[in-house]
Amino acid sequence: MPAYFLEIAIVLLGLGLLMVDAFATTLDRRLLGHLGIAGVAAVLAGLVFGVDSSASEPLWGFYATDTAALFYKGLALVCTLLVLVLALEYAPVLESYRDGRPGRRGLGEFLCLPLFLCAGLMWMASMTDLLGLFVALETVTITFYVVVAYMRRNLGSLEAGVKYLILGALSTGFLLYGLAWLFGLTGQTNLAAIQTVLVDWKGDTTPLLFTMALLMVGLSFKVGAAPFQFWIPDVYQGAPTPITAFLSVGSKAAGFIVLIRLLEPLLASPIRHAVLLMLGVLAGATLIVGNLAAISQSNFKRLLAYSSIAHAGFLLMALAAGQPAGGVSPNGVVALYLGTYLVMTMLAFAVLVIVRKAGGSDELTAFNGLSQRSPFLAFALVLAMASLAGVPLTAGFFGKFFSLVLIAGAGQWALLTVAVVAAACGFYYYFKVIRCMYWNDPVSEAPPLVFSQLTRVAIILLCVAVVVLGVYPKPLTCLLAP
Amino acid sequence: MILAALIVIPLLAAVAVAAGAPARLTSLAAAVLNAVLTVAALMAFKTGEVGYQLAATLFTVLPSPDLKLSVGVDGLSLVMVLLTALVSLGAALASPSTVARGSLRLYHASVLLITAGAMGAFVSTDLFFFYAFHELALIPTFLMIGLFGTGDRRTAAWKITIYLGLGSLILLAGLAALFLNLGGTTFDMAKLTVAAQTTPMAAGTQSWIFLTLLIGFGILISLFPFHSWAPQAYACAPTPVAMLHAGVLKKFGLYGLLKVALPLLPLGSQSAWVLNLLLFALLGNILWIGLVTIAQRELDLMLGHSSVMHMGYIFLGIASHHLIGLTGAVLLMFAHGLSIALLFFLNGVIRSAAGTTHFDRFGGLAKQAPRLGLMFGLATFASIGLPGLANFSGELLVFFGAFKNVAAGGTLWLPLATILALWGVVMSAVYGLRAYRSIFMGQPGANPATVPDLTTTGLLTALVFVIPLLLLGFFPNLLLDLVRPALAALHG
Repeated sequence: MPAYFLEIAIVLLGLGLLMVDAFATTLDRRLLGHLGIAGVAAVLAGLVFGVDSSASEPLWGFYATDTAALFYKGLALVCTLLVLVLALEYAPVLESYRDGRPGRRGLGEFLCLPLFLCAGLMWMASMTDLLGLFVALETVTITFYVVVAYMRRNLGSLEAGVKYLILGALSTGFLLYGLAWLFGLTGQTNLAAIQTVLVDWKGDTTPLLFTMALLMVGLSFKVGAAPFQFWIPDVYQGAPTPITAFLSVGSKAAGFIVLIRLLEPLLASPIRHAVLLMLGVLAGATLIVGNLAAISQSNFKRLLAYSSIAHAGFLLMALAAGQPAGGVSPNGVVALYLGTYLVMTMLAFAVLVIVRKAGGSDELTAFNGLSQRSPFLAFALVLAMASLAGVPLTAGFFGKFFSLVLIAGAGQWALLTVAVVAAACGFYYYFKVIRCMYWNDPVSEAPPLVFSQLTRVAIILLCVAVVVLGVYPKPLTCLLAP
Repeated sequence: MILAALIVIPLLAAVAVAAGAPARLTSLAAAVLNAVLTVAALMAFKTGEVGYQLAATLFTVLPSPDLKLSVGVDGLSLVMVLLTALVSLGAALASPSTVARGSLRLYHASVLLITAGAMGAFVSTDLFFFYAFHELALIPTFLMIGLFGTGDRRTAAWKITIYLGLGSLILLAGLAALFLNLGGTTFDMAKLTVAAQTTPMAAGTQSWIFLTLLIGFGILISLFPFHSWAPQAYACAPTPVAMLHAGVLKKFGLYGLLKVALPLLPLGSQSAWVLNLLLFALLGNILWIGLVTIAQRELDLMLGHSSVMHMGYIFLGIASHHLIGLTGAVLLMFAHGLSIALLFFLNGVIRSAAGTTHFDRFGGLAKQAPRLGLMFGLATFASIGLPGLANFSGELLVFFGAFKNVAAGGTLWLPLATILALWGVVMSAVYGLRAYRSIFMGQPGANPATVPDLTTTGLLTALVFVIPLLLLGFFPNLLLDLVRPALAALHG
């Protein structure tokens, strides 16, 4: 089966569920979520077992089915699956901020929209043409505009929606302008054709530099790189938590696949050094801003927001190395990093959703004494925090280690120093969460933590993944070799 | 497979404890089993043969770069395994069966994780896992000190975590640079050693990488001026953690220097400016921290400082770059690990009974608690380097080695540093004997604290440490014969 059947299947699934939501008036909306999960799982199985990637240039060269594309499609699917599980768990909170009769508060649509996000992300992973790339990106961004502001009665959610809309539109403008310049300079929309033109670029490099700057600005917004990271904490904090998780993982992964695909022709052009320098500066600034700002956070969602900025810094650092070192390639390290980042971030958000539902707050104080209220959840969150901090033998270590190896291989000692200090800051702010859970006592009459068996299974699987990937990262290393 | 079992048993025990097995019994059983297996490994080990023995590759993590979970021991790592087995046995015996706050299962599972990490670091023959296993202790230590510690435990827990976190990241950067400069294709330590010999790096590169490793390892070892986390953390930590940390985990950094930094960076470790920096730092450990130790009025802080101070001698042995000094350093690592663990154990006994360790509250305790007095005396004498106990031979060899180096044409700063370092022996005697006198001799002061004598378990725990200390005090060759071939092979 050609790979693009997968996107079609996801879109059809989403449309079908929307129809059911619209016409089946008495149905329990949770069923839509379960159907969605089953459907996504089926498509994931199709991706793993049934994709024929041998067909060369399907869809007139718009669409790539290389390993990278398939890898990021898998990432999008797993991410969507977990977001749907979280969304089901989060449903009571969501409904408390919506109008209407109980059971008629838009839960159905909320459970369908991630599927369209997923389709956009999967499409984006395969796009090798500027037009397709932009359309896929907008599919994702516009869907995010809707779901970020979904909790209509919550001021935070509305604020997040407006901020995301305005800044997202602005960044899209930059990106589109950059794409227009790229087309104007090369006369091509296909990335491979653009690369052919740029490799032999003999003219003035100023327009190329301008193009690069525009693209970088646009994409820095998407991946959350400093100094374009200002929207992240507010939007993350305000958005419904499952959507925050999606933003944090899916949106970031999408930003990086686009970045990698767009950089490829530029890195082959005469401005290669300027591109790498720019990436290095962005990486350093992002590492510093993300890690230093995270230190003082007292809200868990904001903490995770800054943590996502910090991780964007490490990812950019891997790209800024620009060349393979020690048997690993930058693109492969980014893929490995994003794969492990998905697992550990989703684990953290899963625990957050449960604690938020029981305690009504995202503050760190809500986690006080979690080890006494639920040793299971506390242990899961310890694993997530250890992994995010990059403690060895957890999933998060390999990505960090290899990005350090890459940057050391490139001989960029200043950036390496920044990265070491930044990672050391991580030990403080991630361990702050562990401190709350184990050192502090819970508030008296803390409500019980209730969660479904589905969520329990998801958390157990994520815990296993964090530990197993920490010693056996092979499932995520298909792109690693240079 | 014996070596793999040494890691797996504490890990499985930790899981079992977390799942609800009887905590103290399980951790004790795991420690005893590990001690038995260590003895089996000692029996199976062929002294005098070069290279890794009992080696096994458990699985391949990545084919490229070559990254495997593989285990094996040479004489040096076997000694460290023995140290870990002994100290963890003592720590398991010293672990309580009830705790005032937090959960007992968390307590024992954390101790077991620390043990597993230390074992893993010493038996790994892959640079990656050598590093990774050591970090297994990070979170359990943080939880243990912050939750079960005494005094200003939270500050101490933060300090040790951030210091050691930063130290291990600097170390990681250094190891990454080392890996890349040795070809960047394998993490296998044996292959890296071959690469270092066949295609040596430029001396300048070696110096910089060695300095990075020295700072990284140095933070973990509490090398002056990166030591300030150690005394407070040890003073506040619950007894088993203090024993394991001061006794074993601190030795990881020294082991790393001996096993990785020196053999892989022969030119860097002997470059004059790096060596002079090291000499300056180790004199800071011995003289400066020695004076600070003398000024302490509380037993736990005094022990914490003294353990920092004694690192100076081991560094001196390493700086000597002479086989005699290096073997002395290893013997001293082993002996110090045992003696400081024993002292922290006895400190824990005193603190839990009296609620304080301030010298003013004690006096004449040897009459009340003769067994405690005897054991404490032996531990103190070992620690200050009295003949008949293992530390003495170690210190002696370190000083001989340092002078020998000069005879072989080494740096001239070394004898000067050695002569200054010798004064540390006097300082040790001052604070060690004074602590013994104020607690166990003389008359109880006003408002004296009462401490019951060691129980049978307590005595047993102390004997775990005292017997090897005495044995090696009289027969240091038991250990030196094991270590010498390994060090000779590593350092040419």
